[in-house]
Amino acid sequence: MNMMKTMAAGAAVTIGVATAAHADCGIASGDVRVLANDFPALHAVVSKAEECASSTVTFSKNHTTEHRDIQVAAMTANPSEYTTAIVANSSVVPLLNGGLIRPLDDLVAKHGQGLKKNQLITIDGKIMAIAFMANAQHLVVRKDILDEVGLDIPETYEDVLAAAEAIEAAGVMEHPFAMLTMSDWNLGEEFVNMYLGHGGEFFKPGTAEPAVNNEKGVATLNMLKALVEYSNPDFLTYNTGVVAPIWESGNLAMAQMWGSSMGQLLDDEGSTEEVVSGTLPVGAMTVAGGTTPASSLWWDGFTIAANISDEDAEATFLAMLNGISNEMVMEEGNNDKAVWLMDAYKPGMAAAGIAATAAAGAEPYPMLPYMGLLHGAFFAELPDFLQGNESAEQTLADIEAAYITAAKEKGFLQ
Amino acid sequence: MKHKTFFWFILPSLAAMLLFIAMPLVSVTIQSLFVEHDQVLVEVENCTPFKCESSVAVDQEATAVLREERPLGQFNGLGTYTNRSHLAFAEVGEAWNASGSLYDFGAQLMNLPFYKALAFTITYTAVVTPFVIVLGLAIALGVNALPQLVKGPTIFCSLLPMIVTPLIGSLILFWMVDADGILGAALQRIFDDDQLSLKASHSLTWIMLIVYGIWHSAPFSFIVFYAGLQTVPQETLEAAQIDGATRWQRVRYVVVPYMTPLVVFITLMQLMDNFRVFEPIVGFSASAKATSLSWIIFNDLRGGDIQLFGSAAATSLLTILGVVVLLMPVLIRTWQEFGRKVV
Repeated sequence: MNMMKTMAAGAAVTIGVATAAHADCGIASGDVRVLANDFPALHAVVSKAEECASSTVTFSKNHTTEHRDIQVAAMTANPSEYTTAIVANSSVVPLLNGGLIRPLDDLVAKHGQGLKKNQLITIDGKIMAIAFMANAQHLVVRKDILDEVGLDIPETYEDVLAAAEAIEAAGVMEHPFAMLTMSDWNLGEEFVNMYLGHGGEFFKPGTAEPAVNNEKGVATLNMLKALVEYSNPDFLTYNTGVVAPIWESGNLAMAQMWGSSMGQLLDDEGSTEEVVSGTLPVGAMTVAGGTTPASSLWWDGFTIAANISDEDAEATFLAMLNGISNEMVMEEGNNDKAVWLMDAYKPGMAAAGIAATAAAGAEPYPMLPYMGLLHGAFFAELPDFLQGNESAEQTLADIEAAYITAAKEKGFLQ
Repeated sequence: MKHKTFFWFILPSLAAMLLFIAMPLVSVTIQSLFVEHDQVLVEVENCTPFKCESSVAVDQEATAVLREERPLGQFNGLGTYTNRSHLAFAEVGEAWNASGSLYDFGAQLMNLPFYKALAFTITYTAVVTPFVIVLGLAIALGVNALPQLVKGPTIFCSLLPMIVTPLIGSLILFWMVDADGILGAALQRIFDDDQLSLKASHSLTWIMLIVYGIWHSAPFSFIVFYAGLQTVPQETLEAAQIDGATRWQRVRYVVVPYMTPLVVFITLMQLMDNFRVFEPIVGFSASAKATSLSWIIFNDLRGGDIQLFGSAAATSLLTILGVVVLLMPVLIRTWQEFGRKVV
């Protein structure tokens, strides 16, 4: 037992010495425990934050795609299992609902001089998260294929339909279009995007009552159905992990994908020179003569847990500031991993789609306490319509009924 | 065995059952009767990197007070059980009144999540269970007739589907039936139809899941039957042979009756397992075409950003109820046999 202790202490000292040389983040002491999603941009941030580990600062991290499912339980514990959770528009809501993250105003005042105003996510005047990257879904096209059929780059979804028809008719591809239509959270997001493009409101103003059963909802459904006609019949199993390889294999001409996937499509791995050179990210489409892009804007940022000591909170804040520093962006290969909000970021081709979508005035994904429930109702009820089993009106009525049931259980509706 | 000795022997497992089965069950039952407090919402001004806008948020302090008063939430009785996500009494009644024919009523019923899931769950259970028993017995008889030398490797290979983790097994099959996968492409070629997709068609997805279920569970019944075959008395078999019984007659009149208790055992296990079908639906990304009761529970807890504990608890209890109803005939039979033996 004693020997074990000695060895553990020895190991801790070694790690401390080895990493202390990396960075001095100005942390006296404390624990930093990070919970984050699992994709390259967040690995870059968390790895940079990890350099703050020293003999007095312990650091641990958990990158998991299941982060949304464990964050509430993990941070309800006192002391919290994690000192920071890296979140996005939607995943911050359950933490806010439960009062599990602390306001950061004092920490920002003390240490946050380097942060830009638009990085501060404020709820009711209190800073609750620090954003560091932006994301959005937008169209990516194969310029060479469009040239082949003699069409311009589409600007509206009506153009996309016409182009898809032309590509199919010319016999270039059988299923030229794809979007992220897996019958889970992904499909719900496509409805949200398309509905925003139609200028729809999700709720009756100021209430939690749903308001999607209207003409805009019907138009949204019909456009989604028209689009998936040009998609592979397996479209209900399509998420980023499925669509990206199909794109790289050259079997798609147009796709609606996350901006954060563009790096993968444009790098020199997994695809041919012909496909990569033709790949061109463009902005999000507008639809039905509207001017708002049919997409929603997303941010990723870090929060600090409520149920931890002030010392750990400060240590975590400083470590994460180091994680999202300009040095991180300037490190080899990090620039193109995301659309960073930091000054050092130089927008490359991979960022063009997100930049165009934001510039065209896309709406942010709603940060409402009950939006997640409506999102769940979207993907539960949409497959019936997309497979041609029921009418648009019936589907919209089902969506509202499913949402109302869930909202009553959560106490948002009586 | 003395009662006292018996008690000490069973104590550890009894304690484990109380702690890990009975108590969670009580907790789930209680949770299913409650819904959350009315949320106190306040108007707030939110700023993000993109813009500032007015929005609503949950009032933390007011909620904390409510939670302090009644930690479990509001009592809702059986309200969760009868709402649209579960038994949907109101919607079913409406559909009954509104529908002109039984077919129409059925179609409207299938629009409700619980009944949709129940339909697949029952179909899956009803088809997979008999197939697993018949197929398992057939494999066991086949393997038993093999020469000693190849028996070992054959048994090992036959067990493979059960050894492979269900999720991995279904994922492998999922990729194989992809339009570009080996099975999917082969089917397209055989039927000369390049639009044929196992993942896109409703009925083909059901068939695929059921075939997968049989493939996965057959080894279990095989190994049980194979063990049983080793105990079939050789004298009776030889006597039947001398009487001129064919191989089929020997199986039908000697082996099968001898195996009846095993058939009951496997039926019990399979009914319980199949009624809780879950992994293949996730592995095959089939939730758009087939959902099961277990999948609904999973979706309530892991589908979105917000978890519905009460709803998941209610579905869990309804699943348990379903299993009890399914097992009733088999349990009654076992009980009667037990009674006979005592007399």
